[in-house]
Amino acid sequence: MTDTVSQLCTLLEPFNTNGAALSAATDISTDLNIDSVTVMDFVMEVEDHFDIEIPLNVLSETRTVADLARVVEARTGKG
Amino acid sequence: MDLLAKLEAIAQRHARMKALGGDAVGVVNEKMLSPTRALINGRETILAGTNNYMGITFDAECIAAGQKALAEYGTGTTGSRIANGSFALHKQLEAEFAAFLGRRHCIVFTTGYQANLGMMSGLAGPRDTIYLDADSHSSIYDGCTLSGAKLVRFRHNDAADLDKRLSRAEEDEGGKLVVLEGIYSMMGDRAPLADFIAVKKKHGFQLLVDEAHSFGVLGPHGRGLADEAGLEKEVDFVVGTFSKSVGAIGGFGAGDHPYFEYLRFAMRPYMFTASSSPASVATSIAAVRKLAAEPQRRKRLAENSARLFEGFRALGLELGCGEASPVVAVRCPDEPSTIAMWNALLRAGVYVNIALPPGTPNKLCLLRCSVSAAHSDADLDRIIELFGDVVAQGHGRKVANG
Ligand SMILES: Cc1ncc(COP(=O)(O)O)c(C=O)c1O
Repeated sequence: MTDTVSQLCTLLEPFNTNGAALSAATDISTDLNIDSVTVMDFVMEVEDHFDIEIPLNVLSETRTVADLARVVEARTGKG
Repeated sequence: MDLLAKLEAIAQRHARMKALGGDAVGVVNEKMLSPTRALINGRETILAGTNNYMGITFDAECIAAGQKALAEYGTGTTGSRIANGSFALHKQLEAEFAAFLGRRHCIVFTTGYQANLGMMSGLAGPRDTIYLDADSHSSIYDGCTLSGAKLVRFRHNDAADLDKRLSRAEEDEGGKLVVLEGIYSMMGDRAPLADFIAVKKKHGFQLLVDEAHSFGVLGPHGRGLADEAGLEKEVDFVVGTFSKSVGAIGGFGAGDHPYFEYLRFAMRPYMFTASSSPASVATSIAAVRKLAAEPQRRKRLAENSARLFEGFRALGLELGCGEASPVVAVRCPDEPSTIAMWNALLRAGVYVNIALPPGTPNKLCLLRCSVSAAHSDADLDRIIELFGDVVAQGHGRKVANG
């Protein structure tokens, strides 16, 4: 697990009410069975944790933790 | 693959709701008896979930104005104003609303939903950024999506959070639009406008306030939150709906910008849909005149809101916000108990709204009441009494647990 993926999994834990196993391949919405508003709430935590801006527009193409990690790394300059 | 197969989860959720004894999202008002009374399941029911804040829907002058317009202009407009032209009534409605709002320009839409779709997409484009409150109404979210702008969501009612996000923004050449609501439709709380305007002075953006639930309700002139706060000069654009205090159907956008009128040619939700029907336009004109001439309606609504708020507070209910508001949300423990309590209230003769995730902030389950100036003290006391029996005494919870 990359550092970004593991940080994202930690941030995702409070939203993981089903106790699903979290990994890069986790589909944030369907595997965790969370609705679109909750996904946006999670992304807000991610923005604050990394101090970056993640516009809602990118979410339509962001399904898995790995997808989101790529977005984060591009915006923190690590990508 | 059947396209509708994806609705399976919704179908199951609806079936679970109905199995608990009623259909909270399929209520039929068999007969409307007054702004605050209807026959539901053959029973006379107090309506406390209509957003009919001014109780104006059965006003004799509004009805007469609608009837006259029906007779003079016919049943429908049969097209959009761009394609078919306007009726004189549309122009009159816009002029009267602009005057009421103290704005140079006003554009009316067929619904408030379309007003938000139109204004967001007309004001902002793919090069711009819209900052929207996390708890914004769906029509604002959908309008933002339609605009193609970059969308940044800030924490609800948190001006410091907006400040942080504006500071974080990558510098580009685009414009910035910040969108707030006067009164938030689910929890009943107001935007802390002065705090946001301090951020506006620091960063420079254009500000739109959706006064859907506060128009006619707040402020010395009934123009909404900005009127109440004395900050209308700082608000660039106002959106509102005729479906609540105005008691009709339609919506508006208003502002003072010299190019405002050109939005008519840049807003697809204005251009590609039929304009509102003559009767609806005429009753809206009559209603806004009443809002201007009868400030006692606002006063009565404020008193009624305070009565319900204090009554609920005395019962120890957990409410959506800490101040009296025409929207009074009661927090409930979970979905089954909320449905059970909603059923119990309806059986006892009170209709309120049920609000469940994802339609609510923070996954809350709510019984949402809206207060009307037309509620009598006895109506409000009956609502309080029933919430005492059903919600505070945990009757609903017992029902839910069998
Ligand atoms: C905040 C807000 N904006 C816009 C609307 C849309 O208004 P309308 O019902 O006229 O489409 C509503 C309510 O429905 C609302 O609550």
